[in-house]
Amino acid sequence: MSRQVFAYIIHKNGKPDDTALEFATAARKLDPNAEVIGVVVGSGADLEAAAGEAAKSYTSVWKIDNAALAYPLADGVRKALTSVLPREAVVLIPHEHFGLDLAPGLAVKLDSPYLPDVVDFAGLDGDTLTAVRQEFSGMVSTHVACDIAAGAVITVRPGAFAPDESAAAGGTITDKSGDVGDLAAGRRYLETLVAEVGDVDITKSEILVSVGRGIEDQDNLEIVNDLARAMGADVSCSRPIVDAKWLEKSRQVGTSGQTVSPKVYLACGISGSFQHMGGIKGAPFIVAVNKNPKAPIFQVADVGIVADILEFLPELTEAVEKNR
Amino acid sequence: MDILVCVKRVPDTSENEIQVNGKGTDIERDDLVYSVNEWDNYAVEEAIQIRDRVGGTVTVVTVGDDESEEVLRREMAMGADNGILLSDPAFESADGRGIATILKAAVEKGRYDLILTGAQADDGAGQVGGMLAAMLDVPYASLVNVIEILDDKKIKVGREIAGGNQEMNEMTLPCVLSIQTGINEPRYVGIRGIRKVASVEIPTMGAGDLGLDPAAVAPKVKRLDYFVPDMGEGAEMLTGSTEEIIEKLMELLKAKGGIKS
Ligand SMILES: Cc1cc2nc3c(=O)[nH]c(=O)nc-3n(C[C@H](O)[C@H](O)[C@H](O)COP(=O)(O)OP(=O)(O)OC[C@H]3O[C@@H](n4cnc5c(N)ncnc54)[C@H](O)[C@@H]3O)c2cc1C
Repeated sequence: MSRQVFAYIIHKNGKPDDTALEFATAARKLDPNAEVIGVVVGSGADLEAAAGEAAKSYTSVWKIDNAALAYPLADGVRKALTSVLPREAVVLIPHEHFGLDLAPGLAVKLDSPYLPDVVDFAGLDGDTLTAVRQEFSGMVSTHVACDIAAGAVITVRPGAFAPDESAAAGGTITDKSGDVGDLAAGRRYLETLVAEVGDVDITKSEILVSVGRGIEDQDNLEIVNDLARAMGADVSCSRPIVDAKWLEKSRQVGTSGQTVSPKVYLACGISGSFQHMGGIKGAPFIVAVNKNPKAPIFQVADVGIVADILEFLPELTEAVEKNR
Repeated sequence: MDILVCVKRVPDTSENEIQVNGKGTDIERDDLVYSVNEWDNYAVEEAIQIRDRVGGTVTVVTVGDDESEEVLRREMAMGADNGILLSDPAFESADGRGIATILKAAVEKGRYDLILTGAQADDGAGQVGGMLAAMLDVPYASLVNVIEILDDKKIKVGREIAGGNQEMNEMTLPCVLSIQTGINEPRYVGIRGIRKVASVEIPTMGAGDLGLDPAAVAPKVKRLDYFVPDMGEGAEMLTGSTEEIIEKLMELLKAKGGIKS
């Protein structure tokens, strides 16, 4: 029997997440001979719609419908998956807030090896899978290997694989709801608190001067404000700036902040972690200023400048003011 | 409330350039400055604040070598009451699951209401907390940025989800939480604090003390090498004098609509 690779599909309002199409590509790269199955979990009409959408990209889709999973909390989903998935399943899960909640425990319950935050697959030799991941916020990469004969749980970085746009699978949907056991857990969903809107909506900005931990001190933010004023830009930031309460949360760019799509994005003293870059859409012109020539941001920026922002930005401000 | 916080000694990336060694077998470890994993500091701070509000104890635990003792002392200087070092030659090659297995054995030697870990560490995996919870068969929530103690059996937690939103959950104790940055402001640790705990005895436990068969912590996932990521196209690097760089940059910014007149 060929290997079964399951792609866990996150969905919202009946629409699969972008990772659904990416995982169709990832699963084939992992094992070209595998049977690839999409898995959708939830309840009611939203789940129906999501399963239907998923069947456009997967020849086989399993759906698990349970009222207790109307809000899919990781504990319940894990129990549902452990009662439905075969023990030797290879399971792909997005490496984001939900995947981080679900996957490590699922690996323990399925007694499978766990490969977190994979960015590429480098080969399958018999049952030995080699994958690529990164350490130290993307400063170094590593190959990791494990035996997947008895299954594996793998979180895959969103955006790491190109989406499979073919969308003509015409897949069959199999209802696995009846196989789900007791979902009771010592954890209950209460509510979702929606982020407060700040004084500036950076999602609408055309030019962003974005500041990261390289700014070192709250007082130095003045340098960034001056440059933004001169350029006619808004100020955004990476997460450590918000954690330190130097700027409000609504200014944070990234997967746990705002998704922005400016024309020009000037990243100042930002290393370029994938959670930060994940918040930038629509291929803006990215300029990075960083004092470390090996900073990962230089891999994704269009233009790079190796400089100390504390010295460089004031000079740039002066030049912008003179040349308007 | 008796709280256990799992911490890790890691190379400090803000102090070091991380480089791959000549053979690609490891990163260059000579001259590296080490510190406590950033996320763990938030976890310890949160534990201390909870203890100060509702009473109880804070214990910090790490799996590591003798040098890891220094991170336990640092967290004790912050205000943790006890430290435990889990050290054994058999632990050296452990993967994430191995670490969770070792921690589980240590948890079962004590009695804790709440167990905290950092959301992730230097390997970016974010796996130990979730695995530990599943092994202990207790509830788990990751990326926690609010903790409210309801009574001695229940807590309310806020988790960070996409777009700056927050998912509120109620959880029964004992449970495991992984702590996200921004939940608090970790306090500053001065030399005086470090001195105060310099001579405190920190118990060390090995595989034998924990009743662990070394085979139970043998890695399932093996790291084969370290390498420098392929730069691909990469950025066009502007070089020259500052004036030259700024002149080129101004041209580009104007062309791309980066300067509003
Ligand atoms: C689940 C999760 C969600 C996350 N969500 C987000 C998110 O939404 N947004 C986000 O930004 N992060 C997010 N993060 C955090 C992310 O992983 C990084 O930790 C963060 O983006 C790093 O911010 P930074 O680049 O400002 O800081 P660092 O990584 O510390 O980088 C600072 C950079 O500044 C450079 N530098 C230092 N001094 C100077 C100087 N004087 N001049 C020039 N350069 C200098 C350094 O070389 C370095 O490259 C998330 C993390 C997790 C685990």
